Amino acid sequence: MQEQLKGRLGLEDATKNDTEDLQERQASPLFGSCPIPIFDHKQIVLGHGSGGKLTADLIEKIFLPAFSNQVLDKLDDQAVVTIGGARLAFTTDSFVVTPIFFPGGDIGRLAVHGTVNDLAMSGASPLYLSAAFILEEGLAVDDLRRVVESMREAAAQAGVQFVTGDTKVVNRGKGDQIFITTTGIGVIEGDINISANRARPGDKILLSGFIGDHGMTIMSQRENLEFEGAIESDCASLNGLVAAMLAAALDRGERDFIHCLRDPTRGGVATTLNEIAKSSGVGMLLREQAIPVRESVKGACEVLGLDPLYVANEGKLVAVVCAGMAEAVLEEMRRHEHGRDAVLIGEVVAEHPGMVLMRTEIGGTRVLDVMFGEQLPRIC
Amino acid sequence: MKYLDEYRDGEVASKIVSEMRRIQTRPWVLMEVCGGQTHSIVKNGIDHLLPEGVELVHGPGCPVCVTPLEMIDKAHAIARCQDVIFCSFGDMLRVPGSDGDLFTIKSLGGDVRIVYSPLDCLKIAKGNPDKRVVFFAIGFETTAPANAMLAWRAREEGVNNLSLLVSHVLVPPALAAILSSPENRVQGFLGPGHVCAVMGYSEYEPISSRYKVPIVITGFEPLDILHGTLMTIQQLEEGRACVENQYSRVLNRTGNLPAQRLVSKVFEVGDRKWRGIGTIPMSGYHLCEEFAQHDAERLFEVAEIATLEPEICISGQILRGIKKPHDCPAFGSLCTPQHPLGATMVSAEGACAAYYAYGRHLNPQSADALLQIAPGGGARRTGKEWGDAGAA
Repeated sequence: MQEQLKGRLGLEDATKNDTEDLQERQASPLFGSCPIPIFDHKQIVLGHGSGGKLTADLIEKIFLPAFSNQVLDKLDDQAVVTIGGARLAFTTDSFVVTPIFFPGGDIGRLAVHGTVNDLAMSGASPLYLSAAFILEEGLAVDDLRRVVESMREAAAQAGVQFVTGDTKVVNRGKGDQIFITTTGIGVIEGDINISANRARPGDKILLSGFIGDHGMTIMSQRENLEFEGAIESDCASLNGLVAAMLAAALDRGERDFIHCLRDPTRGGVATTLNEIAKSSGVGMLLREQAIPVRESVKGACEVLGLDPLYVANEGKLVAVVCAGMAEAVLEEMRRHEHGRDAVLIGEVVAEHPGMVLMRTEIGGTRVLDVMFGEQLPRIC
Repeated sequence: MKYLDEYRDGEVASKIVSEMRRIQTRPWVLMEVCGGQTHSIVKNGIDHLLPEGVELVHGPGCPVCVTPLEMIDKAHAIARCQDVIFCSFGDMLRVPGSDGDLFTIKSLGGDVRIVYSPLDCLKIAKGNPDKRVVFFAIGFETTAPANAMLAWRAREEGVNNLSLLVSHVLVPPALAAILSSPENRVQGFLGPGHVCAVMGYSEYEPISSRYKVPIVITGFEPLDILHGTLMTIQQLEEGRACVENQYSRVLNRTGNLPAQRLVSKVFEVGDRKWRGIGTIPMSGYHLCEEFAQHDAERLFEVAEIATLEPEICISGQILRGIKKPHDCPAFGSLCTPQHPLGATMVSAEGACAAYYAYGRHLNPQSADALLQIAPGGGARRTGKEWGDAGAA
């Protein structure tokens, strides 16, 4: 046992007399610095793409040290840059979903909505997109045509144009039918200032509708799980909804009332709210009962042991709004087709900064932490 | 949601808790046996609803947690073989062995697949006749029938490229081991609902009477757990010790007899090692001799793999209800689900992992924050108010 332990502790030259020393280390208050070679990934695993802690690790350890600058360091879903006096929102996203066609959408629609939504969450009006396709040898041209047609439709709905693109083909087996990367650019009007670091105590937290639809659709398709009552992806462009929300207070002369907007994709609502809480240095208090989950999604999650709060959405947003305007914004959201089921789910508090707490259905309490790895393998 | 919302009703919950307050005269330490119950308790904040002095400690019933490290290493050795398709329940994939986890092996080219039912492996084996398909058959009595069915059908249908790596454990010997330990604190059990759905609960009766301890077989929804807790306290307060069934909508005293018959045809009872606890005599299942050709441990010559755990982890004491995750200095710092040092951190059903997942590793003020917003949190009795009985 000692030999084994020494090996693990990296104490190759330890002698038998070190036993006591080892025990001391274990009991000492300096335990936290014990040099155990803890398990770490030497290769990329699927969890690195989950949007949870492993993804954050990659960004923090690999990407930020290389690329760090003022704009990037904000780690919002889009960059906001000023060029020639105009404030532009700029973002990019890759889409690798399996299957490429699923109830309620396909990879093409997703690639449009995802990027449009990232732009919209800064309050920008999305204008132009680029599309880069990585196609696997053997992909049916008809399938590509279907994907592209659905991108055309989605772009028309969102009021954006594809203005540039690229195509590559890889050998069979070196890709998974089709990967799409879209990049988008939009303009932020006037003095709109929406960012994950602007939540203030007293603000209300709004959610635009039912959660978990997209993630559970993909999951049930991918694993051939048949659940009673079909689930459809919610994928949709939300720039129209955001515009309606921003217009909510125009007649009241209010300007700065939407503080944060995020679309809770990978990692779900729980991860998104944690990001906002940490970024703004505030706490959050949610009511579980207020969070809308469809019966079918709830059932599927129960069966698979998943938590809908961590399941991906592709057509929902959470908004942190100043208290005085919450009702007005909510009403405006409910008038819009993508916000019909909008609800107030909680509020921002000064206590427990960086933490999201939730009152559970039965009146207990729990902390909602960031998702660790992944709930769903390779969702989008 | 039908059949779920009924068991998550806040009003009924507070009525049950009031009743506990009414009858309780002294502190009690109860253990929920199942990992699923632990998860539900922490996820729903049930322990914050309980009256002061009713303490729930977390039991050994997390199948992933108690699977010994050496068994994980054996699984990984098999999964690394080029001609193997290694199938497992999803939550085994993240459990680290001495060198990485199944996700890592997958990222290095291993063919590792998540299955939702053991029988999915039959299809995979038939569809890949040139591969050896191995299923990691772990769990308590709950998963034993489905795993036994896989071995049974593999033999009946002559699917010779299919084998099982078996690491099955049984609940009653573990309860007896906990109760006979001189360090034992547990005064009553919330018994394992799903295990008893298969096995019935008659085998708990000798344990209850021998150790004079109430065992209430309990479900997994919040109200099930509160109700089971109340029933256990009732027995303790009345000085009774017997087996009662809170989960009667699911199970009865005899259990699922056809499932038991199948299990006894495929498996035989023998000694098993439990991660964090050690070997408990006659506490697990092994494949019977007639299924030897489907026994991965024999086919892959991994028997000599023996891995020892770092002794710093206190999961053995946590699994026996002697300590709680917060008692460990490594909890949430050195030891996290990302870097688990021991059994109870490796699966969502393990006590440490559940505490971690629901944020209880965050700064100490989080516990205060939770109590502040818990209903009745301010009205709790202090330890002193229990008087002399509190010291017992």
